[in-house]
Amino acid sequence: MKIVAICGAGVGTSGILKVNAERALARLDIEADVTATDLANVTVAAADAQVILTSPEFVEALGKTNADVIVVQNYFDLDELTAKLKAALG
Amino acid sequence: MLDLPDSAVLLGASAPDWQGAVLLAGAALEASGAVTAEYAARMVAMVEEFGAYIVIAPGLALAHARPGDDVLKAGMSVVTLAEPVVFGHPYNDPVSVVLGLAVMTADEHVGEIAELANVFNDPRVIGQLAEATTVDAVRAVLQVTQ
Repeated sequence: MKIVAICGAGVGTSGILKVNAERALARLDIEADVTATDLANVTVAAADAQVILTSPEFVEALGKTNADVIVVQNYFDLDELTAKLKAALG
Repeated sequence: MLDLPDSAVLLGASAPDWQGAVLLAGAALEASGAVTAEYAARMVAMVEEFGAYIVIAPGLALAHARPGDDVLKAGMSVVTLAEPVVFGHPYNDPVSVVLGLAVMTADEHVGEIAELANVFNDPRVIGQLAEATTVDAVRAVLQVTQ
């Protein structure tokens, strides 16, 4: 299972998303490899990903993808992340 | 966790708009010696290019740009706004707390980012920061040292 967190710079926000996604996955007892990257590298990074985590601003820019795109509102809300990951993966 | 010197904190600041708020976070990073003056404009440019995605939670913006020559060392700044400003985010506006972040490399600060995430997983933290009246109170909320 591969999950990619996307942001503009691949430095701050996607890092936070990665950390909290890993916590949510641990809650769900799901093993997955979560990587953080930026929009410029998403085509390569997400080529074999099942799930892309991102904010509303990036959905359009992601374009066509085979992965499930999960739009996150509050990056710090583990309940939101857990529920959305469960719906996508469960 | 990244250090937070007094010079990197602005409390109850006034900004006319989101650009002004991000520039204040850049000025605080510059005052603490983490970046040169150019970095603030690059943080604004990130939002102009990609939208208000840096507003990652209700009331909180994480202003940052990619590593570059204008980053002298890794650093963090905190700006609280007397009047919240609108960034144009679909869910999390208006913003009352702006964190500025500067890093030398993308991978260097994974541990510190994780600690930051840990602090903010407590939903009370953003409100506590917005209401902080001293730098020591900010450091206590964020669990960081000077």
